[in-house]
Amino acid sequence: MTSAPLDTLDPQADPAAQQTSVEGAAGALSVTQALLYLDGVSVSFDGYRAIRNLSLYVAPGEMRAIIGPNGAGKTTMMDIVTGKTRPDEGDVLFDHGRHDLTKLDETAIAELGVGRKFQKPTVFESHSVADNVLLALKGPRGPFASLLGWRNKVARERVDEILLTAGLIDHRSRLAGEISHGQKQWLEIGMLLAQDPAILLVDEPVAGMTDAETEQTATLLREINKAHTVIVVEHDMAFVRALACKVTCLHEGSVLAEGSLDRVAADERVIEVYLGR
Amino acid sequence: MILRALFERFDKAGLVFLIVLAGAMILIPAANLLLPVSSPLHVPTHVMSLIGKYLCYAILALALDLVWGYCGILSLGHGAFFALGGYAMGMYLMRQIGPRGVYSHPVLPDFMVFLNWKELPWFWQGFDMFPFAMLMVVLAPGLLAFLFGWFAFRSRVTGVYLSIITQAMTYALLLAFFRNDMGFGGNNGLTDFKDILGFNIQAQGTRAALFACTALALILCYALARWMVTTSFGKVLVAVRDAESRTRFLGYRVEHYKLVAFTLSAAMAGLAGALYVPQVGIINPSEFAPANSIEAVIWVAVGGRGTLVGAALGAVVVNFLKTWFTTGALAPYWLFMLGALFIVVTLALPKGIVGALNAFGERRRARAAAREQEPKTAEQNA
Repeated sequence: MTSAPLDTLDPQADPAAQQTSVEGAAGALSVTQALLYLDGVSVSFDGYRAIRNLSLYVAPGEMRAIIGPNGAGKTTMMDIVTGKTRPDEGDVLFDHGRHDLTKLDETAIAELGVGRKFQKPTVFESHSVADNVLLALKGPRGPFASLLGWRNKVARERVDEILLTAGLIDHRSRLAGEISHGQKQWLEIGMLLAQDPAILLVDEPVAGMTDAETEQTATLLREINKAHTVIVVEHDMAFVRALACKVTCLHEGSVLAEGSLDRVAADERVIEVYLGR
Repeated sequence: MILRALFERFDKAGLVFLIVLAGAMILIPAANLLLPVSSPLHVPTHVMSLIGKYLCYAILALALDLVWGYCGILSLGHGAFFALGGYAMGMYLMRQIGPRGVYSHPVLPDFMVFLNWKELPWFWQGFDMFPFAMLMVVLAPGLLAFLFGWFAFRSRVTGVYLSIITQAMTYALLLAFFRNDMGFGGNNGLTDFKDILGFNIQAQGTRAALFACTALALILCYALARWMVTTSFGKVLVAVRDAESRTRFLGYRVEHYKLVAFTLSAAMAGLAGALYVPQVGIINPSEFAPANSIEAVIWVAVGGRGTLVGAALGAVVVNFLKTWFTTGALAPYWLFMLGALFIVVTLALPKGIVGALNAFGERRRARAAAREQEPKTAEQNA
């Protein structure tokens, strides 16, 4: 692998060369440069190859949007990174090659600093909004630490700070099951923020949101990206445009195109399989 | 200061519960021992022991609520932990009989002499010492729960599958304890107890003391459980119940939380069994019967799952009804009534008695708040 500087990451203009460009020089980061490094990853379910020789390299501090048609393997890719699914082959390395994620379970991966927001908002519905954030806050997570430890005495300000960022401060004592769909999405992003992970994997954060909420979410994610690496899976092209970041288009389990949104959107094959004419 | 801390820890229902229990702990034995039989307030000894039995069931229900109500682990085998605690106490009581048995053997209990055993099996050693036996009361069920939970939770066995294997566990123990060569008295179990800590187990004073101990144990178990569920430990348990995989992705070791809750709950159930045995005078393998564990689930559902107080209340109410109906002409229909009760509660009071009371209280508060609001808006409009 050659070590290409970040600003030359855009794939070559010639669409025919893009497939190879990902594995070749231009799109690749070396293991030690990448915060998240997926190389030659494949996984199949009952003979169906959901991910085929997928390679993806994310630099520290980057914001990356992942697009692609249904069944392209976007969620499966997140399952692999977070330890829910084990790949059949390939490398999944984290933190400049220090950790092999294929050998760890969900909890261990979360402890390393990989946070995930699910496609369907999953918050703890019978807890208050503030308690949801409290449970997510970075800190000791063992059962005995919970019985005696600091999470019982956490300052209200720390929780409120996050609720303020997520725009939920007025709803702090409502039950998480009572707030609106959009607010649940924000709460989940807020919980991710409370975890203070090195990388946030955000699966379809604006599904079912109004335009105004979508815009607010883009602002929130850009704000979070100032201190964290973020990967966003999304279908909403207006939202992806608002994120103004590098885009990877997946198709049938591997990378179809990668680069700025304009470049990817102009790609013949992306138009063919995903965007439509 | 301590009082204030208590008030913060316990909600209103919890405080009422504790006051009632503390009252019962003192007043019922007093009414039994101090008032003359002719007094209308006198509590006969058999009634006191019956209530004592209900309180033992209440501890079992509390233990079950901790894992089912808060952590979502529907154990259909909690009766096994209850019975194990009971057997540990029974073994102590057997050793206390000494040479007063039918065969007058200085060490061996009657059933061992009957089986022609020459010496005490290794697992009966030490049970002549009360502190050791009491340790075993919580340790034996706790250890079983720990091992069981270790394998089950680590392999992520959940839901119906977990319920089925807990049920299988208690059934396997039922069959094992039925065997004479297990060394626990076979199908007759352990009985014919003489004394406990040197006091005659049949004496009125001993029975009153046992009752007071049971009430105290229920108070302490409630306080422990309440403390656990109000710390962030309890919040994580509820999180596991509602969204297990989400909790895992937050970085919590879900299996460790489940294991701690399950083990503590089993030890609590063991304590309940140990208090039960001297008050009813017998422990036999039928205590392992799967139906017992299922009944315990019904108590919790009737009283209100995930409320602690409700679980204890449900155990007392259902068992009171059971005593009432099974001693009259309606006796043959008790199981139908129990089944009907379960269906009615599930349909009409999905959150149990305490859940329904809470909802009623909230509605009333909401109405009161609305009434207060109305005149204000009327004034503003005027």
